[in-house]
Amino acid sequence: MTPRAGASLELRGVAKAFGGVQAVVDVSLSVAPGELVSVIGPNGAGKTTLLNLVNGFYHPDAGRILLDGVDVSRLAPHRVAALGVARTFQNIALFKGMTVLDNLMLGRHVHMRAGALASLLYWGPAQREEVAHRRRVEDVIDFLRLTHLRRAITGALPYGLQKRVELGRALALEPRLLLLDEPMGGMNQEEKEDMARFILDVNEEWGTTIVLIEHDMGVVMDISDRVAVLDMGRKIAEGRPDEVRADPRVITAYLGQARARTAP
Amino acid sequence: MTGEFPPTLPGLLLRNAERFGARPAMREKDRGIWQTWTWRQSLEQVRDFALGLAALGFQRGDRLSVIGDNRPRLYWAMLAAQALGGVAVPVYQDSIARELAYVWDHAEVGVIVAEDQEQVDKVLALREALPALRAVIYDDPRGLGAYRYPWLHAFAAVQGRGRAFGRAHPGYFETEVAKGDAEDVALICYTSGTTGPPKGAMLTHRNAIATAESAARAERLRPTDEWLAYLPMAWVGDAFYTLVMSLYVGFTVNCPESPETVTRDLRELGPTVLLAPPRIWESMLTSVEVRAADATPLKRRVFTHFRAVAERVEALRAEGRPVGPGLRLQRALGELLVYGPVRDQLGLGRTRVALTGGAPLGPDTFRFFRAFGVNLKQIYGSTEVTALVALQPDGEADPGTVGRPCPGIEVRIGERGEVLVRSPGVFRGYLKAEEATREVVDADGWFHTGDAGFFDARGHLVIIDRARDVGALADGTPFAPQFIENKLKYSPYVREAVAFGHGRPFVAAMIAIDLGTVGHWAERRGLAYAGYTDLALKDEVRALLAAEVARLNRTLPAPLRVRRFVLLPKDLDPDDAEITRTRKLRRRHIADKYAAVIDALYGGRDAVELATTVTYEDGRQGVLQCRVRVQDVGAPEAAPAAEAARG
Repeated sequence: MTPRAGASLELRGVAKAFGGVQAVVDVSLSVAPGELVSVIGPNGAGKTTLLNLVNGFYHPDAGRILLDGVDVSRLAPHRVAALGVARTFQNIALFKGMTVLDNLMLGRHVHMRAGALASLLYWGPAQREEVAHRRRVEDVIDFLRLTHLRRAITGALPYGLQKRVELGRALALEPRLLLLDEPMGGMNQEEKEDMARFILDVNEEWGTTIVLIEHDMGVVMDISDRVAVLDMGRKIAEGRPDEVRADPRVITAYLGQARARTAP
Repeated sequence: MTGEFPPTLPGLLLRNAERFGARPAMREKDRGIWQTWTWRQSLEQVRDFALGLAALGFQRGDRLSVIGDNRPRLYWAMLAAQALGGVAVPVYQDSIARELAYVWDHAEVGVIVAEDQEQVDKVLALREALPALRAVIYDDPRGLGAYRYPWLHAFAAVQGRGRAFGRAHPGYFETEVAKGDAEDVALICYTSGTTGPPKGAMLTHRNAIATAESAARAERLRPTDEWLAYLPMAWVGDAFYTLVMSLYVGFTVNCPESPETVTRDLRELGPTVLLAPPRIWESMLTSVEVRAADATPLKRRVFTHFRAVAERVEALRAEGRPVGPGLRLQRALGELLVYGPVRDQLGLGRTRVALTGGAPLGPDTFRFFRAFGVNLKQIYGSTEVTALVALQPDGEADPGTVGRPCPGIEVRIGERGEVLVRSPGVFRGYLKAEEATREVVDADGWFHTGDAGFFDARGHLVIIDRARDVGALADGTPFAPQFIENKLKYSPYVREAVAFGHGRPFVAAMIAIDLGTVGHWAERRGLAYAGYTDLALKDEVRALLAAEVARLNRTLPAPLRVRRFVLLPKDLDPDDAEITRTRKLRRRHIADKYAAVIDALYGGRDAVELATTVTYEDGRQGVLQCRVRVQDVGAPEAAPAAEAARG
């Protein structure tokens, strides 16, 4: 288990529009190595778009995205992944017919070097490589307490466990920056607590930088080092959880204009 | 017996390192692979850790507790403490905080070795209440990186300090082990008593080794045997087999990957010796039956046919009658087609000795495994006599008895039919409870087990019930509640049962359904349910259980048949103090808590409002309120319905 230190992430004046819709407007945000930063905001605030920009699904219309100081704004998703950026999705994106182990092994693909022929013969370097990859995957399986589910078919698992497997696949990539899109969506309280524990452990044990989108404010406030708030594509606040919680602009964005004025 | 080695458990470890050197002592499945330590490596691990403890100031007589699942390092920690003349105090890892605080404080534990963050957090929460505690050591560092306490150490770090200490103090370990005396207390096992707080039974090295000697004479175990350590470390049965017997015989201990993977690990490993409580044998049988039911019609027919063959052969053998050549041929064919593959699937393919103990096992389950070629036998014992009293020799297996007393262990029946035991394994006494010790060990050294029993014609011991629970119905018929409860529990749908009848006109029962089997039954009938309580309160389920009780009543003498019962809206739970962690009923507490139900059972009412407290895993309490209906059980003629319901 050799942790790769977390990467730094910097967004400088990033903007993205879809037709007439301004999804992300002039957002700047910097995340230090090993930091856990949450991005919150009402539905449609542009949170997922922001993650999609970071991992290369979209390219920004304006602004720059720097990973460890290197501009990745124009790179394709697989290139960004190769630089150590992994993510999970709001809606689970796993191969449902495959086992947990196979899904996690797939997470290693960016690190695979052996050619098709060597892999097919499963000989020499290919075999050594497979063993090394399996070791990392086993670390992740142990870390996420999935030992009893190695051979389970992913699609047959309960929702909360599938979410955990998805986190596992992202971890198998040995990311230096982990992007989590609502990892606790649709979970019950106990599952949420487990997941929060795992996220904190990844952050603390492996020093992985984490950007988290989550709707459960309790969780966000508990585990984040810093919180950034988006509303209508703009960043309206940023700071420590207690600062953000007390920020009137945030309350307004969440509760609406009228309520905020009458609120005590 | 150990020659030049001290007559202690660490002495046996030194002997094994010399005698068995490179043979495997310990395996643990980690990262999906079985990792192995030889006897020599095990000794190194124990030595480094012991020296590390010495560096932390561990003194002779100090107590070290372990908490967690079965892990090699926790066993090594126990041996390391014993090597320094200390005492190991294993505790149940699923205990709630209050119970842990009691035991650690009572035993004045100075060092706790915890498996992982979950267990460390429990210690952290209790630390203020444990003045004697000086150090906490953890095995799995995961999640503990950010914990900064001067008294919290990683296992490997302690071993590192131990190696440095060893260089500065050559021969320290060997000298300390040599100081060990057979009469030193090696182990304190807390018995989760059915009344009052737990009591700490002190077992000496002599107790342990002498009992191992008599177990080894009763049952041939070999250094090549494979043992799976998966039962709670705090249970004396695990301590006895995993620690003592393994050291005495030299067999290999295997630790599963996690509690969830035990079934799979069992199959991979194929242990040659296996001890399992009845519920595990029952769940194995259930899994076989479920898979048979889900198989193709042809396979199902083959399975059903050969199962019947096997059970017929077993019945003939048990009665000592000859088995005809036709049946023998079919049995041989069945071995090839069914029995062998089933044993292999269950991980029993190499099992020479399979033991069940702790509670009675249903005769149907018992016969199934024997019929399928598993050498399943009953074993009987108790914490205060170092786990072992009696077991069934090969060829004398019988679901109704617990076998013959092992060599060197005397058993006689005392007043009121109580089973008394005298052996070198009889414990030193309860920690800080001389009064309680005198109550159970008399002047002649006989330990009063509290079990009522008798010897049958063959010389096998038969256990009826706890002696103090044996009473009589109003008309004078002797009444042993456990006898009736065990009959009820033979139903796959019954998880727990509590029978009443002492001083009453008839027998009544409270039954906790088995969520797994009843849930499966409901699903097959398209009966929707929201959880345990909802399921248990359904009329259909009550009817199912009424049929089951009527069926089981036929195996009971007429006056002892269960006439009325209720289904409890929750399972009996150790967290609610209704049952011990080894699943023994705490009758007095139950009688108080469910007084309203008992009144309804005997007051002729047909329903009762029940408000019962429920303790959640984090210690919070809630109240479960519902209306429970009382069910009358018809005459046994209603039994055909039961057969249909089982279908």
